[in-house]
Amino acid sequence: MSELLELTVAQAVARIAAGDISRAEYFETWREAAGGDDLNAYLWRAEDGVGEVEGPLAGIPVAVKDIFCTEGVETTAASRILEGYRPPYTATAVRRLAEAGAGVLGKTNMDEFAMGSSNENSAFGPVRNPWDRERVPGGSSGGSAAVVGGGLAPCAIGTDTGGSIRQPASLCGIVGLKPTYGAISRYGMIAFASSLDQCGPLTRDVTDAALLLAALQGRDPCDSTSVGIEGGVAAPSREDLAGLRFAVPAELGHDAIEPGVRAVFEATLKRIEGLGGEIAEVPLPHAEHGISAYYVIAPAEASSNLARYDGVRYGTRAEAGDVIEMYETTRAEGFGEEVKRRIMLGTYALSSGYYDAYYGRAQKVRTKIAEDYAAAFAEFDFVVTPTSPSVAFRLGEKTDDPLAMYMNDFFTVPMSLAGIPAISIPAGLAEPEGGGPQLPVGFQIAAAAFAEQRLLNAAYALEQAIGFEARPGDGDG
Amino acid sequence: MIEREQVLHVARLARLRLGEAEVERMAGELSGILEHVDRIGELDLDEVPPTSHVVELENVLRPDEPRPSWPRDVVLEQAPDPADGAFRVPSPRAD
Repeated sequence: MSELLELTVAQAVARIAAGDISRAEYFETWREAAGGDDLNAYLWRAEDGVGEVEGPLAGIPVAVKDIFCTEGVETTAASRILEGYRPPYTATAVRRLAEAGAGVLGKTNMDEFAMGSSNENSAFGPVRNPWDRERVPGGSSGGSAAVVGGGLAPCAIGTDTGGSIRQPASLCGIVGLKPTYGAISRYGMIAFASSLDQCGPLTRDVTDAALLLAALQGRDPCDSTSVGIEGGVAAPSREDLAGLRFAVPAELGHDAIEPGVRAVFEATLKRIEGLGGEIAEVPLPHAEHGISAYYVIAPAEASSNLARYDGVRYGTRAEAGDVIEMYETTRAEGFGEEVKRRIMLGTYALSSGYYDAYYGRAQKVRTKIAEDYAAAFAEFDFVVTPTSPSVAFRLGEKTDDPLAMYMNDFFTVPMSLAGIPAISIPAGLAEPEGGGPQLPVGFQIAAAAFAEQRLLNAAYALEQAIGFEARPGDGDG
Repeated sequence: MIEREQVLHVARLARLRLGEAEVERMAGELSGILEHVDRIGELDLDEVPPTSHVVELENVLRPDEPRPSWPRDVVLEQAPDPADGAFRVPSPRAD
């Protein structure tokens, strides 16, 4: 393997800037690596190299989740209904990366319209986990996590609505950051649940996550909910955690966590203490209702957002005798099972007679969850949990039970509802329940809104102490 | 518990045609999910204001300046059935 593939993004940027390696050589090396995709992680791969734009990401290829519009390049959100769609414009997040000197390496597979936690809901087939091809990479940004974890891209971007960056990052042994809602523009990012959707980086380490976030964040006139991060984002630097207070939710629900994941989580708490950090339990009584609130709010917003796919202006259309039949058939044929389920759930929750009981109540639970966090952050710097209750599970293991699949998001959904930033870093390996080779375990750290720099600094210090260096295939002998 | 009739009603609202087997399955799955969601019914939320947006924002305004929009042909390029510079759809009522 070329040693260029071993470099982190920050290292590659430095080597390119110093003239040690050429942009063309670096991009071509990654293009070849991406060409060896045996994980079904890419839906499209670039043929051209990166341009000559100068900037903090000069010469860096980035894998982009297929939910971001890219001018002239097919963008489907892994849905049949958008097959063949070539957007007339490029998402702000992708444009910002280009302005920083980066180039799109490819578009990555995902759960259809970002609805899923295993990448099994893609219309173009599931993505495989680079650590074990019989297991899922997580979702919905499964392709973006798999290409970074599997050495098919140096870095990627994805979207996180209820854990769709953090959970796949955890299952693929990489870093995934969901920034504060509003940190990055959503313009050109195909909408799932607009009050929750947020773009973020998936990278090999925390430094690279900061580098990408610095380029991505900022106010955008095309998204009036975008505000950016005041003062920008600098490379993380912190050697200890002295004086920092870490809260563990008192209602963590230890029983639902796989023993191997629990062991890594507890070892990581010890490591935090070893670095001088303080650990204490804090009540977050409403976090356990996160799944309930989320699976009302997100489908409700989705049912409204996805009304636009009607076979009139873009995407696919089914032939039919009249216009209503055309809508109904186009949508029946174009959407996959999970998307239909969520449209149905959301439409039901918003329908006359049920609105107050479901959507109205869920929005109030959202307030309570946000208040719980606000109270916690009055005393603590961070809230920590495992990112996912289990390591990567087997393909097909949870596809027959939607609720069991939704429970994967137990630890990641509350932060999304509260709009606060959270990062998952690889913290160790654990044997899956039922045995088998060891798989990565993510550790999640959440901070107050717009406290990304402090979050990245602490995650960096912890990352250095953990020294996670395992790679897929290490254990295969 | 979601009944079959409710599934059909909601599917009509959502403009989704469901097959016979899908209707049955959807009724069971939605019931299971809503049974879990119903736990938030036990919380006392009377005085709690709803949250629709997590970041506090004042009205975001910009100058109302005319800008060029996309040319009609660029937009119509993605349409399944463009005709006479417009989006053509089947008749609202089948003959």
